[in-house]
Amino acid sequence: MSEIAETNQSFRNWLLSERPQSRMQARLGRFYMVWRRFTANRLAVLGLLIILALLFVAAFANLLAPYSPFNGDLATTRLLPPGGAHLLGTDDQGRDILSRLIYGSRLTLYVVLLVAIIAAPIGLLVGTVAGYAGGWTDAILMRITDIFLAFPKLILALAFVAALGPGIENAVIAIAITSWPPYARIARAETLTVRNSDYIAAVQLMGASPARIVIRHIMPLCLSSLIVRVTLDMAGIILTAAGLGFLGLGAQPPLPEWGAMIASGRRFILDQWWVAAMPGLAILIVSLGFNLLGDGLRDALDPRGSNQ
Amino acid sequence: MVAFDVPRSTVRLRATGLATTIGKFLVIVITTYLGLLAVTFFIGRVIPIDPVLAIVGDRAPASTIARARQELGLNEPLCWQFVIYVSKVLHGDFGTSVLTGNPVLTDIRRVFPATMELATLGTLIGSMIGVPLGVLAAVKRGTFIDQTVRVIGLFGYSVPIFWLGLMALLVFYARLGWTAGPGRIDVVYEYTFTPITGFYIIDAIIQRQWDALRDILSHIILPACLLGYFSLAYISRMTRSFMLNELEQEYVVAARAKGLSESRIIWRHALRNAAVPLVTVIALSYAGMLEGSVLTETVFSWPGLGQYITNSLQNADMNAVLGGTVVIGSVFIALNLISDLLYRTLDPRTRAR
Repeated sequence: MSEIAETNQSFRNWLLSERPQSRMQARLGRFYMVWRRFTANRLAVLGLLIILALLFVAAFANLLAPYSPFNGDLATTRLLPPGGAHLLGTDDQGRDILSRLIYGSRLTLYVVLLVAIIAAPIGLLVGTVAGYAGGWTDAILMRITDIFLAFPKLILALAFVAALGPGIENAVIAIAITSWPPYARIARAETLTVRNSDYIAAVQLMGASPARIVIRHIMPLCLSSLIVRVTLDMAGIILTAAGLGFLGLGAQPPLPEWGAMIASGRRFILDQWWVAAMPGLAILIVSLGFNLLGDGLRDALDPRGSNQ
Repeated sequence: MVAFDVPRSTVRLRATGLATTIGKFLVIVITTYLGLLAVTFFIGRVIPIDPVLAIVGDRAPASTIARARQELGLNEPLCWQFVIYVSKVLHGDFGTSVLTGNPVLTDIRRVFPATMELATLGTLIGSMIGVPLGVLAAVKRGTFIDQTVRVIGLFGYSVPIFWLGLMALLVFYARLGWTAGPGRIDVVYEYTFTPITGFYIIDAIIQRQWDALRDILSHIILPACLLGYFSLAYISRMTRSFMLNELEQEYVVAARAKGLSESRIIWRHALRNAAVPLVTVIALSYAGMLEGSVLTETVFSWPGLGQYITNSLQNADMNAVLGGTVVIGSVFIALNLISDLLYRTLDPRTRAR
């Protein structure tokens, strides 16, 4: 027993060493510090657990779902209340709501990840280029960013989807188009703080091209604040996507998208409340998870702004 | 007296400073607005519906189609079309709604007061509760109260507004019967109550129709509380952060050293300094409400701009959709800029020296 404790202790010392012997050790050490700060926040850990559970459910949806999400028995299982064989009840098509929620987690994850993958790099590129180049490039790029920032996001996404046609891909594009500007702002602010530092001057002296400096030496430094912001935004993305689904502009039936499920449950709200209530709870839990995780990440990665 | 002798150059500097501030402000207003119009113009161009066919029908002879194209200006170069579009919008011409047959602007004028009434009441509720909550959370930092306020806020950030609206309708209208259901006013009053301003609460008070007023209030209370809750989440969080910032300042220490009561320090000294950024936060949350109205109004069948836009969307009435988008976008931009301007003028510390 004491031996294990001793190795643990020495491992901890190795991680927290002030003179790391390798890059690997330094990185692990920093990660350990962030992890300690993160796990000290119980709500943040709860958020992480929710998101891990979401990932797990989405990955193994076909194993976890007790029934088919698309086919129900109209004769016997229509609008059954929660409990019994159908834990969360069934909808008007006789489909098991739990199974639909489980499959719907894939759609939610799909939307969130795709929006993040599209919007974050755009924002990162615009922000770092604007911050590094300065002058007119900066002025023009930031003016465009501010213009997009001044738009009402949901309304603009609505208009985009109206033009492109309803569907989950178009919803993703519409949300991505409206959500990159804050990332550009953050990336620019980070770029401005490192732009005049000595190590950038050193790379410039060695003859690195501006593109190389931006991509290799500036972008990595913007990543941590960008990741925090993206995580915090994910709840908003989920809510917007669900809102579009609710208005019939996102994923189309019979896809088990949570927002669209609420919309279809709306007709039975007075007598069969669970049809609309359950998907809403799922959305609430998942976006709460992203918010808690984002808050925790922000506090762990950036202790300065923790009281904000 | 030397101190009052301001050098000439400083005066001129101040004047030019003001001029550049106004100039910059105008550039921001104009470019932002042009950007908005460019986006709506672009959306109007990429829609798969051919505007010519929508007007003349698909059986029209080729000559009619050609004439319609000519009249719509679709043969002009794209940038010229954009200029025409901008000048039309600036004249308030958004085209005709296919759904109602009215000019879009007339429709919007009819539905806009409903949205305004709801958003105003929602902001009032949100700030009257949100600001004290935020102050309380900042003062009792780290305690149970702080955690509770934080959880209330987090819940507001995470819950889908349309779902919460549905659940509120289910509980308070259908099960408990405490409030009226969807809509603005009961059908009973449809012929006795005449809207004057379009703001029903004001109209009812002017006409002294107290029964109608009670009915109107009973209809508006649920959606207004819902919107209020969402702005409360945002406002209380920001208030807390501003107050924490103020309470760390030295003047608070000085006030304490003078022996002022804690409540006086909090409400008269710290909150006053936090008030300036708070005004901008409240303005922004008002703008956010106009946006949130799209979902709330759909749930509560509230005959406002949001419902108008979604109805038009479902009927592929693009003129109405884009017109509504431009109007909400304009109000949004205006509120953004006003809050920015307020920030600069209200707080002497941020004034250009």
